[in-house]
Amino acid sequence: MARHLLRRLIQAVSVMALAAFVSFLLFNYIGDPVNNMVGQETSGADRAALREKLGLNDSFIVQFARFAGNAVQGDFGTSYRLQRPVAELIAERLPATIELVFVSALLAITIGVGLGIFTAIRRDSWMSRVILAVSLVGVSLPTFVIGMGLIYLFAVTLGWLPSFGRGDVVSLGWWSTGFLTVSGLKAVILPAITLGLFQMTFILRLVRAEMLEVLGTDYIRTARAMGLAPATINGKYALKNAAIPVITVIGLKLGELIAFSIITETVFQWPGMGLLFIQAVSFADVPIMSAYLFMVAFVFVAINVAVDLLYVALDPRLRTGEGAA
Amino acid sequence: MSDLPVTLQVRPGYLWSRFSRSPVAIIAAAITLLMTLAALAAPLLAPQNPFDPAVLELTNGLLPPAWVDGSDTRFLLGSDDQGRDMLSALLYGSRVSLFVGLASVLFAAGLGVLVGLIAGYAGGWIDTLAMRLADVQLTIPAILIALMIDGLARAALPPGVHDAVAIYVLIFSIGIADWPQYARVVRAATAVQKTLGYVSAARVMGVPGPVIVLRHILPNVLTSVLVLGTLGLALAIISEATLSFLGVGMPPTSPSLGTLIRIGNNFLFSGEWWITLFPSLTLVVLALAVNLLGDWLRDALNPKLK
Amino acid sequence: MSLHRALAVLAAVTFFAGPAHAGNVLRWASQGDAMTMDSHAQNEGQTRTFAQQVEEALVSRKPDLTKIPGLAVSWQLVKPTTWEFKLRPNVKFHDGRPFSSDDVVFSFKRALMPTSDLKDLIATVADVKAVDSLTVRITTKGPDPILLDEITNIFIMSRGWADEHKVTTPQDYNAKQETYAVRHKNGTGPFKLELREPDVRTVMVKNPDWWGLKDNPHNIDRIIYTPIQNKATRVAALLSGELDFLLDPPVQDVARIESSGMFQVQRATSPWTIFLGMNAGRKELLSSSVKGKNPFADVRVRKAMNMAVDVNAITQRIMRGFAQPAGNVVPPGVYGYDPAIDVHLSFDVDGAKKLLTEAGYPQGFDVRLDCPNDRYLNDEQVCQAVVGMLARIGVKVTLDLKPRTLHFPKVQTKQTDFYMYGWGTDTTDAHNHLSFLALPTSVSNATQYVDQPLFDLINAMATEIDKAKRDAMIKEASIKLRDAYSYIPLDHPIIAWATRKGVNVPIATDNLPHFEYARFAP
Repeated sequence: MARHLLRRLIQAVSVMALAAFVSFLLFNYIGDPVNNMVGQETSGADRAALREKLGLNDSFIVQFARFAGNAVQGDFGTSYRLQRPVAELIAERLPATIELVFVSALLAITIGVGLGIFTAIRRDSWMSRVILAVSLVGVSLPTFVIGMGLIYLFAVTLGWLPSFGRGDVVSLGWWSTGFLTVSGLKAVILPAITLGLFQMTFILRLVRAEMLEVLGTDYIRTARAMGLAPATINGKYALKNAAIPVITVIGLKLGELIAFSIITETVFQWPGMGLLFIQAVSFADVPIMSAYLFMVAFVFVAINVAVDLLYVALDPRLRTGEGAA
Repeated sequence: MSDLPVTLQVRPGYLWSRFSRSPVAIIAAAITLLMTLAALAAPLLAPQNPFDPAVLELTNGLLPPAWVDGSDTRFLLGSDDQGRDMLSALLYGSRVSLFVGLASVLFAAGLGVLVGLIAGYAGGWIDTLAMRLADVQLTIPAILIALMIDGLARAALPPGVHDAVAIYVLIFSIGIADWPQYARVVRAATAVQKTLGYVSAARVMGVPGPVIVLRHILPNVLTSVLVLGTLGLALAIISEATLSFLGVGMPPTSPSLGTLIRIGNNFLFSGEWWITLFPSLTLVVLALAVNLLGDWLRDALNPKLK
Repeated sequence: MSLHRALAVLAAVTFFAGPAHAGNVLRWASQGDAMTMDSHAQNEGQTRTFAQQVEEALVSRKPDLTKIPGLAVSWQLVKPTTWEFKLRPNVKFHDGRPFSSDDVVFSFKRALMPTSDLKDLIATVADVKAVDSLTVRITTKGPDPILLDEITNIFIMSRGWADEHKVTTPQDYNAKQETYAVRHKNGTGPFKLELREPDVRTVMVKNPDWWGLKDNPHNIDRIIYTPIQNKATRVAALLSGELDFLLDPPVQDVARIESSGMFQVQRATSPWTIFLGMNAGRKELLSSSVKGKNPFADVRVRKAMNMAVDVNAITQRIMRGFAQPAGNVVPPGVYGYDPAIDVHLSFDVDGAKKLLTEAGYPQGFDVRLDCPNDRYLNDEQVCQAVVGMLARIGVKVTLDLKPRTLHFPKVQTKQTDFYMYGWGTDTTDAHNHLSFLALPTSVSNATQYVDQPLFDLINAMATEIDKAKRDAMIKEASIKLRDAYSYIPLDHPIIAWATRKGVNVPIATDNLPHFEYARFAP
């Protein structure tokens, strides 16, 4: 148990170290900080002075340590394009992405788990077959095609839901939320479906498979033979045992939602971190790219640690140190 | 069935009999095969070479498909605003998409198998290092890694050079993002095989390590790699399309299916539906067929391998 | 807290939050954002659109581009080289500071600084002096017949505000400088800048103390701008009723927008020219494998390039009629325009090939075309079509598509061989196009084409007050520049503005909306 957590901790630290290192390489070598700070006419002597001032003549290790130190304090320099501190930009865009990912995750998990259980219990009904067939189509539909289709149908043809942006947002301190206005809630629906669909189909298939496996085990058969109510069997015993692998995977999938939000945000002009990142890519805005990489790595590590802890909480064997991880 | 080891080897006869009884698998395989052949034969089948800017005539632009009024029979599925024949663009586009998909899967599988075999057979610190590296990389989603690499390549390479190497950058970025999956499976299988009697026997007889790995262990892990690869192919095709759609993949002058959808997106509301619909449909059908095939293959070969 | 209770609380909060802003909110969009809020730092269309809502010049323009009094109530020529302006009394900046001649002197001096992008525009200005708190005199180096036109672009900032926020010099845009003025504005105009989130949204609110309200009682309370680069998203936003005004509906979607019956589309020929520039002055091109010489230095090559581009096909197919073919950089609608000069060389592939062979490039050559992908209507598609057309005469073009904020610095620092650019009018006079696109000192001219007699002619035009003589000079210079073939004129766009029915935004031919003239139907 302790060994398991220690291993995960080392892994978390090494992910962050690697991410910091790559971010640093990006920042210092792809985007020449001096070239990006001065005009064409600046003389060689001025450039040299600036290099010295920025500490670019220090040893590699010293520079990396300084970069990592700044990064930990949230200082990633200034965006080339928007001429603002990157940390400020990310803080501004973070709520939009988090809210989008939150709603998508909610959709994906509730619908995915619900349909997964349904298709496992009623495995031979025609409804289950239809759901499974549709889910496979869902896996094969690229996010952007889904987004385009939803906009065409629900925003333009039917005119029910907005096609872009977050609607009206309300500021709660530094956090801006779209959850407190009607237009904000309406605006999140299409992007959240677009983003969550792939993960939903994935969760559905996973839950179904795990449930089927558990339902086939001896103890469930025994329970059934003993005449326990099907609802008790399904809910109390089968679901609980199917939950552990599902939670692990859902945790990782949450991280993927953040990655795929880049695409959804592009299609819906959703003003989050993904849009900021993809614009940074097309503008070669290296400080934003390097900060995004660092940020996302951090989020992923955090999710992984959270999943591990949850895992321990759910599986008593892990707590007593009996089971191997 | 549920107790099959990860490294099950299947006789071709068994696979064929299952295949011939599954209509879904047959249809999926037929579609995949047909689209692959069409893509391979694109230079022979396509009425024009859509990658050659000199053959694009603006005056042939925006023609509807042959069955719609105002069409031109030279453009069976219509043309886009640049005068690019949609059918040719689809054939060449699928070719790029399939090539990138296959090459990146081969790259990922090759690298993953190599690392997996070495790690599984050698064990010890090599194993630990390789698997920790895989863990670290699996922490971050593949699409993000690919996007990062493509974005960097765009920022770092001069534009002329970038367009020329865009396809290799894509293969590298999608492939490098996927290797840990293969490495994990192969490593696990290798570790199991290593303990089996025939491997120990070979070792005692003085057969060198690399020979044991290549001759005895590798064939036994290929089935798992095949399943992973087929499912990975669909994902790789979608990844490529996504990157191109975001504008960091193939340039508009040599479009893949993703680039074509990116172009078609401009015509979503304009009435020229064929520019949007056909590339999207082609991509979805291709991805679906490959996915179905992979799904079937997984079930047929090893229900345990999810 | 149970889920039910949470939902109930959420519903209650949602109910009370209600519509956040009452009044007439004008929501509008276009493909790209303004480059900066510092109106002296960039002379670019969208940047100016934002400037002219918040800030004012001494002389303003109406949407039809006629000149009207702005912060100056009257003016007169007191000497051939000196204009005197009487300033509007009792005007206050948005931050409450009073407006006076001191601010005018400061703003002109600022706009003449090296980092200003407007310095070329008012290059004839020798000095600006305050006579008293409501009178200024502008002295020019020679007589300047179009000074009034030129100063419509010089927006007046508050000296006190600039001192307070340390923005007394314009932002150095090409060096990516950050200053307070990049995201803040303080003007005297009809709207106040409330929120500036680059790329996300920009919000302006009605200035209830605007001096012009009594003559122009507009009913726009708020303006929300969202840049939407993706064409389909832009159209979807309009069609689904989320926008009141779309500045740049994609040309392929105009028919659909009109046929829905919910929108009106206004059209106007705009005094703009979209063109490609070739660097004729460089010893060796940066992006070509031809070494030791520059193909564009040879006028035959430049002429061949002009002949190979079929501008009729571009305007009909790519622009779908929302542009007219251009033969000269001077566009219709400006003083000195001559349709007889505005004729593109006949499209002639064989002729072009022959010229290339004569020039020593029978197999053609390769070069990179730098092209923006979020600035002009269908810029990306036009550039792609040009690549195809030039391929037919053996010129292999690599296309480099970049957003405008990366593209413009490339042109302005002359780090390009072959580029797409557009020029609208600042002054409604041909001199503006000729000087900015031909003179070597202009930051907007990366052709580095040298023709001293042409330069002399354009400079002389600036101080010529004899109308007939000046007209002849404009004509001669236009022909000279056209026949140098350093530019490939492509088209003069016909702009189309889409508005939701019930909202009226009168079309401005320079494509820069003035929202104080917009109205919501009662």
